[in-house]
Amino acid sequence: MANVFEIHDLSGWFGENQVLKKIRMGIGKNSVTSVMGPSGCGKSTFIRCLNRMHDMTPGFRMSGEILLDGTNIHSEKIDPVYLRRRVGMVFQQPNPFPRMSVFENVAVGLKLNGKTLSRGDIAERVERSLVMAALWNEVKDHLRLPGTSLSGGQQQRLCIARALAVEPEVLLMDEPCSALDPMSTAKIEELIEDLSGKYTIVVVTHNMQQAARISDQVAFFLMGELIEMDKSGKIFTNPSDKRTEQYITGRFG
Amino acid sequence: MKKHYSVQLADVRELVLRMGGLAEQMTRRVIEALVQRDAGILAEVRAMESQVNQLHVEIDEACLELIALRQPAAADLRFITAAMKIIVDMERIGDQAINIVERGESLLAVPPLKPLIDIPRMADIAQEMLKASLDAYVNGDDELAYRTILKDDEVDQLKDQVFRELLTFMMSDPTTIPRAMDLILVSRHIERIADHATNICEDVIFMVKGKDVRHQGPLA
Repeated sequence: MANVFEIHDLSGWFGENQVLKKIRMGIGKNSVTSVMGPSGCGKSTFIRCLNRMHDMTPGFRMSGEILLDGTNIHSEKIDPVYLRRRVGMVFQQPNPFPRMSVFENVAVGLKLNGKTLSRGDIAERVERSLVMAALWNEVKDHLRLPGTSLSGGQQQRLCIARALAVEPEVLLMDEPCSALDPMSTAKIEELIEDLSGKYTIVVVTHNMQQAARISDQVAFFLMGELIEMDKSGKIFTNPSDKRTEQYITGRFG
Repeated sequence: MKKHYSVQLADVRELVLRMGGLAEQMTRRVIEALVQRDAGILAEVRAMESQVNQLHVEIDEACLELIALRQPAAADLRFITAAMKIIVDMERIGDQAINIVERGESLLAVPPLKPLIDIPRMADIAQEMLKASLDAYVNGDDELAYRTILKDDEVDQLKDQVFRELLTFMMSDPTTIPRAMDLILVSRHIERIADHATNICEDVIFMVKGKDVRHQGPLA
């Protein structure tokens, strides 16, 4: 399996505080990678590096390299807006745009990204994105209602549809289910499994059962270090590092 | 793409069935080899054992991973743990068939002691029990599992009958002892196969009803 991301010795600091320590990792194409670890282990900071979400964070600096399909994402050739189109993101709290309808929430990404598409093309792309996000059947008769009128789980799937509309290669998800009830969580997890054949997905979660259910491979972070990364079957039956074993058996964290 | 949980469960069911089918085939063919005195069939049965063993390992791994990654609960948990127990019995059935192959090899090297009647009859019932236990597993049919367990007594009775008959041979002519002993051991192995089929049925009942019927004597 080819790697979409190659990460070489990535370190990160907020001011004097080092939060990532020489992370080395490859992220396989069209697979689900979970990043798990206790609070404050650096997992969210890590995935935000992958589409340069820290560019505007005051006091943040990093060293090392992140290669996306072989190109350094900090090279001058890479426009951060273009990067974020290729590497989309879904956040912990569903965040549909408050004054926009369901339809507009999905279409807006296409417009903001400067795509000149006909009205018909946009409608088709919105429908396709909503179908992929497993939301179409629930909203097809309510496309003009405000996005915020949907349930929390539906709003999160709407945000996933919005991210999918611009046809990214990679989808980053930062605790995508932590604000959702179990049924909505199950739907998002099923969706992640369905999307995994077509997209590279990186999910941050502190829910290790979720990491077990959805991932092809799992990276375990502890205090800014990548302790272990392996196939989920290996991590959850016979991890190589004692600290991983202790974490997944609930001995700490 | 990662397989859905339901597909992974169906895969386990499929593999268990395949393994059971092989164990059943081994049981049937080895007795045919004895009746027809065909060493070629004995070799064929021997070759099947490695497939059974391979499936044993494969299913065990799949179940372990399902438990670790999917946190199965209730019916799913019982289904997976039942699979893990059932395959142990199936693997042992494969071993018993190989034990019969070994007896067969020594029996085929000498003239027959007598026509085989009760042993094939025993084997038919044991094989029927095994098949029924698999059907019960696939269809979640606890009624069938109950009925099948009751048949174990018939196999036990036939085994005693075989023993008594061969005892008379041995008492009247000591030169028959090696062949008679081999046949007694064959009947013992068949009886064990029926016991394993009984265990599978008990696991099926637990899987379907969540009720443990083991070690309670005749079924209530």
